[in-house]
Amino acid sequence: MDLLRFTTAGSVDDGKSTLIGRLLYDSKNTFEDQMAAVEASSKKRGDENVNLALLTDGLRAEREQGITIDVAYRYFATPRRKFIIADTPGHIQYTRNMVTGASTANLAIILIDARHGVIEQTCRHSFIASLLRIQHVVIAVNKMDLVDYSEEAYLKIVDQFKQFSSRLRNIVDVSFIPISALNGDNVVDKSDKMSWYQGPSLLYHLETVYIGSDRNHVDARFPVQWVIRPHSDEYHDFRGYAGRVSSGVFKPGDDIVVQPSGFTSKIKAIYADEKEVDEAFSPMSVAIRLEDEIDISRGDLIAKPNNPPESTQDIEAMICWFSAEAPLAVRGKYVLRHTTNEVKAMVKEVKYKMNINNLHKIEDDLTFQLNDIGRISLRTSKPIASDPYQNNRATGSFVLIDEQTNQTVAAGMIL
Amino acid sequence: MNYTIDQLTQLEAEAIYVLRETAAQFENPALLFSGGKDSIVMAWLARKAFWPAKIPFPLVHIDTGHNFPETMTYRDSFVENLGARLIVGSVQASIDAGRVREETGPDASRNMLQTVTLLDTVEEHQYDAALGGGRRDEEKARAKERFFSARDEFGQWDPKNQRPELWNIFNGRKHHGEHFRVFPLSNWTEMDIWMYIQREEIELPNLYFSHKRNVIKRGNALLAECKYVSPQPGELAEEKVVRFRTIGDATCTGAVESDADTLDKIIQEVATARQTERGTRADDQRSETAMEDRKKEGYF
Repeated sequence: MDLLRFTTAGSVDDGKSTLIGRLLYDSKNTFEDQMAAVEASSKKRGDENVNLALLTDGLRAEREQGITIDVAYRYFATPRRKFIIADTPGHIQYTRNMVTGASTANLAIILIDARHGVIEQTCRHSFIASLLRIQHVVIAVNKMDLVDYSEEAYLKIVDQFKQFSSRLRNIVDVSFIPISALNGDNVVDKSDKMSWYQGPSLLYHLETVYIGSDRNHVDARFPVQWVIRPHSDEYHDFRGYAGRVSSGVFKPGDDIVVQPSGFTSKIKAIYADEKEVDEAFSPMSVAIRLEDEIDISRGDLIAKPNNPPESTQDIEAMICWFSAEAPLAVRGKYVLRHTTNEVKAMVKEVKYKMNINNLHKIEDDLTFQLNDIGRISLRTSKPIASDPYQNNRATGSFVLIDEQTNQTVAAGMIL
Repeated sequence: MNYTIDQLTQLEAEAIYVLRETAAQFENPALLFSGGKDSIVMAWLARKAFWPAKIPFPLVHIDTGHNFPETMTYRDSFVENLGARLIVGSVQASIDAGRVREETGPDASRNMLQTVTLLDTVEEHQYDAALGGGRRDEEKARAKERFFSARDEFGQWDPKNQRPELWNIFNGRKHHGEHFRVFPLSNWTEMDIWMYIQREEIELPNLYFSHKRNVIKRGNALLAECKYVSPQPGELAEEKVVRFRTIGDATCTGAVESDADTLDKIIQEVATARQTERGTRADDQRSETAMEDRKKEGYF
């Protein structure tokens, strides 16, 4: 069975939790004791109907305030696919959570309230999906019941979105689905109230959207995580480089180059699951043995000599700032974590910030506060072997860590 | 060429990646081993992650003293087959030392007391990361948990102030005295665990399979009659055909009536189950946010 990871985005009251509750409930992925608990809570809160949103709100403060604070992960399966949902809050102050949820998603569902159309937050959510290179986007026009299931209202929103999204890069595939999460129209089953809509229900789309070509099988990249040295009699000289293939394909006999040292060798054997295998590709976890004893340690990257990544100390990147405590410090030093590698990095320059509500560049205020997104230049203490995020999510992404607090303060995407 | 792997293999690869990150980023990690299916799968994956070398960290069992005897027999032989090192933290010892006071009454459970023993064990052995078999699908507070979950010097979890976790980049940096909980099985569901056990042919404690046993109905739960649980006035111990969906402390782990005595039948049962697996856990039903409250204090 296949796995699809998706994220949901919408502003407060767009009905996001209700939609997820509906997906879980109508696809028969909720349990009696969960439903009993939700019914009891709904009654206690004085809600008129069973509040499906309570299925997803987990923390005490969330249930008390009726809001979602943190990214929550949900799981459900149909006979066709297993799904992992990163449920991210819609509040303005939680952009960082959406960035987090988006970083591992294949697909994003962006909710639009049919009564309000494309608003600032739609713009922000779409921009983040594009920035994080989520290739598939579903625009779910929700609350169709409140606009009398009107085709006209729906088409107007589709049009609004298309106009604005032409300015976004990266998004390969956009679908539009009119739904009512509250009543279940077009969520799992096709609605009989919108005969003018010919497309699939949301769940059917999620089950069938083709993601097979999303992974990069061209550029061979293997960041070394750990060196396996058994020191046992049976495996006396065994030295295995353990890691997870980021992209591309590795086979025994392949010529390889190690970055950043530039040493070359040949693959002697690849082990997965305690057995030798013929090939390794993303996202397999394997151990690789080489023909030659060369100095390789955690943080090094194994690639192919005909197509290595660029090793550089100068990095141009888009970042999202996560810290509420301190703004990004120009000339400031941070720990930069990239694949399994860790180096120091200095912020050389802030180029611009983005107003993500209208996609305009901001060049007069360059102070990065919590949730700010923009472009910076970094200089690292040692070269790192990286690719543009456009081409490779794994070797094109990094985080910045504050050395004093150890907090993750920024997510970065290499340009 | 078709370069795809099925979802179980993807989950396996992710868990192995997390286990290797833990070994690489921490000086002194430990794997929390309860003898339940999740920690068995986690230890199984740890063996694969470092093969042909041995698992580079010990297994730690927080022993409430109220175990099913089957769990203990299983634990010892499993650990031996794995060639791993076992450390036991004893709740009884915490009670004897006056670190915790035992609950009294018919519902008395040592479940809450485990937290103190766990934190004491972490401190005594200076573990800086404790690998747990928790899954996000288990419970609503766990749904918000990170792979690498930072704990302060009191071992507490602050759900509102978690480090953002992006892509596959885990930040395990910490100050002296702080430690991490790491959850390699975060993205697994109960069904995934069972399918994996079947695929890998992993042997399990026989408590998971249906058998005859004297049980006592208490609230919604069927508790096994044993040294630590006996019928209260108005209750009756009855022999039923049951099995356990989770295995923990005998005082709070409920059985379900079931005739699933093979893995195939269990998978069939899980697929059609209408109750969550923790629905049989008395410890979760103490309040709506019972798990969150315990986790904040430093529970598993």
